[in-house]
Amino acid sequence: MPEALIVGHDHDPRHHPALAHHFDNLAQQKEASTLGMWVFLVTEVLFFGGLFLTYIIYRSWYPDAFAFASHELDVTLGTINTAVLIGSSLTMALAVHAAQTGERRLLLMFLAATMALGVVFLGIKGVEYYEKFHAHHIPGPGFVFEAEYFRHAQLFFSLYFVMTGLHAIHMIIGLGIMTWMLVWAWNGTITSDYASPIEISGLYWHFVDIVWIFLFPLLYLIGRHVNIH
Amino acid sequence: MSEHIVPKRTYYLIFAALMVFTAITVGVAFVDLGPLNTVVALAIACTKATLVVLFFMHVKYSTRLTWAVVAGSVFWLGILLTLTLGDYLTRAWRTYG
Repeated sequence: MPEALIVGHDHDPRHHPALAHHFDNLAQQKEASTLGMWVFLVTEVLFFGGLFLTYIIYRSWYPDAFAFASHELDVTLGTINTAVLIGSSLTMALAVHAAQTGERRLLLMFLAATMALGVVFLGIKGVEYYEKFHAHHIPGPGFVFEAEYFRHAQLFFSLYFVMTGLHAIHMIIGLGIMTWMLVWAWNGTITSDYASPIEISGLYWHFVDIVWIFLFPLLYLIGRHVNIH
Repeated sequence: MSEHIVPKRTYYLIFAALMVFTAITVGVAFVDLGPLNTVVALAIACTKATLVVLFFMHVKYSTRLTWAVVAGSVFWLGILLTLTLGDYLTRAWRTYG
């Protein structure tokens, strides 16, 4: 009996193919998926929140060492990366618009642009990591820094690598999600009736952008006005 | 579907505002404002994040339930930050005698 019901449901022309059994209609389904993504993002806020809290405490305890160490970061590359990520948020928002209006070609284009900007961001981040590696600014036995701040500068760089590294992992996951959405946009799963996969993927992408919006000033900018020489 | 479609113009305007705020925060970072440097940097970051949440993430047009969840994340982050910093930042105030 239940089997017959399921088969009947699947072949029922009155149902939208994207509508899951347990929802009344597409609007209810969309609201549930949006809410679900936001609940996940709340856990992400607190996940990153703990790291931001750790950073604030150590920065307030060792302001001189942290100001000194943050001068080793490249503000130009950091600023370019901020612009790249904000640009990717714009293309993501435009991808959502294209999905909602059913413009499939534009959707594919904006998803590809979002991914391209994400890759540029990770590439620049890689260049920065390489420079830190080259300057022996990786915390541990090989760490080289001015003797006065040697210990506490390692705290700064540990937090720098953990926070930007975790952010980069989120970017890589985001690229994976965008690849998935690109396939769904390509094979016609995404329609103007069923744009919510693009919308909630966009929520994740914008969240990762927001994390960087806080990482950039905290790691690169504050303490920049202090004259260290 | 009766969903709200945000016009493209809104997205372009928010993008422009985010870029202007980025330029301001980088410029201000090189001016010595004392302790205000951190305050200004964080105020600009909060403004940028709010713009992204309201417009790019559509919360301005979302249901009350979504509003409540978003406000909840800010509230719980506030508890985490204020209670912990309330301890750590006041430890030096302790006097004996």
